[in-house]
Amino acid sequence: MYEEVLAKGYTRRDFLKFCGMVGAFLGLEYSGVGQIVKAMETKPRIPVLWLHFQECTCCSESFIRSSHPIVADIILDKVSLDYTETLMAAAGHQAEENLHATMENYKGEYLLMVEGSVPTKDKAYCCIGGNSAYDILQEAVAGCKAVIAWGNCAVSGCVQGAAPNPTGATPVHKLVKGKPVVNVQGCPPIAEVMAGVVVYMLTFNRIPELDGLGRPKAFYSRRVHDTCYRRPNYDAGLFVETFDDENARRGYCLYKMGCRGPVTYNSCGVIRWNDGTSFPIQSGHPCIGCSEANFWDNGPFYQHLASFPGFGVETTADDIGLAIGAVTAAGITAHAIATNIRKRKMIREGILNPEPEHDEDDQK
Amino acid sequence: MRYHTYLSPKKFKLMEKIRRIYVWEIPVRFYHWVNMTCIIVLVITGYFIGNPPAIQSGTEAYANYWFATNRFLHYVFAYLFFFNFLLRIYWAFAGNEFANWKQFLPVTKKQWNEIFEVLKVDILQLKTWSFESKGHNALASFTYFFMFLAFVLQCLTGFGMYAAMSTSWFPQLFAWFIPLVGGDTAARHIHHILMWVFIVFAMIHVYLVVYHDYVERTGVASSMISGWKFITGHKHHD
Ligand code: HEM
Ligand code: HEM
Ligand code: SF4
Ligand code: SF4
Repeated sequence: MYEEVLAKGYTRRDFLKFCGMVGAFLGLEYSGVGQIVKAMETKPRIPVLWLHFQECTCCSESFIRSSHPIVADIILDKVSLDYTETLMAAAGHQAEENLHATMENYKGEYLLMVEGSVPTKDKAYCCIGGNSAYDILQEAVAGCKAVIAWGNCAVSGCVQGAAPNPTGATPVHKLVKGKPVVNVQGCPPIAEVMAGVVVYMLTFNRIPELDGLGRPKAFYSRRVHDTCYRRPNYDAGLFVETFDDENARRGYCLYKMGCRGPVTYNSCGVIRWNDGTSFPIQSGHPCIGCSEANFWDNGPFYQHLASFPGFGVETTADDIGLAIGAVTAAGITAHAIATNIRKRKMIREGILNPEPEHDEDDQK
Repeated sequence: MRYHTYLSPKKFKLMEKIRRIYVWEIPVRFYHWVNMTCIIVLVITGYFIGNPPAIQSGTEAYANYWFATNRFLHYVFAYLFFFNFLLRIYWAFAGNEFANWKQFLPVTKKQWNEIFEVLKVDILQLKTWSFESKGHNALASFTYFFMFLAFVLQCLTGFGMYAAMSTSWFPQLFAWFIPLVGGDTAARHIHHILMWVFIVFAMIHVYLVVYHDYVERTGVASSMISGWKFITGHKHHD
């Protein structure tokens, strides 16, 4: 890899900077960077199959458009990308051959990267080369070393999986048995995050530490909210009320504009996008929670509380709660009135009002 | 007492039968009022977390901290709410028969009969005479059972969300719960909906306590303060 990088015209300095950057993002200690450098210099290429199912290719786009040119080169050079519909030169039968050759020659060694969800309602919704996405996945999973699920589609179904989910779009981790799955969330994931995960797996030959939802902890352990530079405004209770008010110009917190930062685990506030230029909140737009399951269904985006399932788009749990509260109050009033009429006698007598049957008992 | 200046012999006999019974021991009463205080504070602070009012503007962030303070209060009372609840669970095994956990699960025929009886007498008012239960009536206990479940769920979602924003070890014990419901967004939604469940429960609950006291005059409302209730023993399901 190192030679290739030099041959591409980068200097050793560029190369080391890249290794340092990845090490820092992964939160490795200093010696870890040395390990990365060594791995990148010496380790043989690992074969990779990159499958595309129901997706929009924004994950691939994100990856190859990373600001750091070496990031894109990793995927093109360090790993031997034996099959990917988007970038490979081969097509048709030749491509299929490549796919099967890798699966056979590198059984148990290749990394399987999946972009997109798999339809399970009718497998015919997504077919490549005459095979269904489901079958291709199962075949590729059987001989792979580990699976990386790229982006929200592969991790939780994203827009295809949103209600009513016509194709039965299913996340990859639900269909993979017996192989480790790394869920690299986001729509798309940040390029540096994708690179970081690949470099980690190359260097240490194991999957990174994952959280409860299978996401690498190095990038998904903190909420956008916890690394957001507008956070002091949140704690101070200073909120933007509409997109064009004075508060928006002052850069107050976007919580009331529906910001999902408090429920979203991602590195946007730290790594940012486009060479660390900015991220949505910095540009005045609330986080839409693109690295969380069902973020399309938890809308509307510009409202803090999601709409209540089964009711109108704008109806929140608060509206329904208030309505039920009002009905309850009315019910209580009606009951209180009825009581005073129907239980006149009881109210006069209290516990001294026996049941009719007891009158007989008393006479015994 | 205007009505009782003259008592028929029958009434007199009943009157003689009135006795006090000690139903709520101190831990139950302590639990009840601490719990009520916590729920009131948690509903108010929680509502503000979900719908922050625009009470400040035109200032710099360093000059204010009220929203964080509001959340801090929420967490302080959340801890109190949780440990208070643990106390009540302990007392469901250590306390008297009226506090016992068996009260809350209608598994016997007798309890089901009582539930239907309460529905007929108090809710639908098909019958008009009095009906006595020594402790909670069977329907009330059954609804408390669901409330206790809701308390558990509120703590699981609450501390589960809290795990991400706390460095303390305690909330981390709940972190496993969040993936089960599919993430923080879902947990937050459940948490928010449960707030309304508590509000509606409290409205009905307080009304029914007042109703029972007003109609039956067994001192049920003050029983949660004193621990004692009055019964005649003329109608029990035993
Ligand atoms: C009676 C009990 C409780 C009620 C009524 C209540 C109510 C609420 C409400 C309405 C919210 C706002 C949700 C939203 O943003 O839409 C909230 C947030 C929250 N509650 Fe509770 N809550 C209760 C108990 C607890 C407990 C036991 C905990 C445990 C630590 C807890 C922790 C939290 C946390 C962490 C948040 C999110 C705050 C944030 O993002 O800053 N709550 N609560
Ligand atoms: C937020 C408000 C309240 C909540 C959440 C609440 C909750 C509860 C719960 C869970 C129980 C079962 C107690 C146990 O067995 O440990 C209970 C019983 C009781 N509560 Fe409350 N309570 C509230 C307010 C009140 C108020 C204002 C009164 C007024 C006097 C009251 C009077 C009673 C009485 C008398 C009982 C026992 C009688 C029965 O079996 O129904 N409560 N309450
Ligand atoms: S803008 Fe969003 S992420 Fe930033 S502090 Fe406000 S709520 Fe949190
Ligand atoms: S700020 Fe939120 S919605 Fe935007 S890219 Fe980051 S995680 Fe996705």
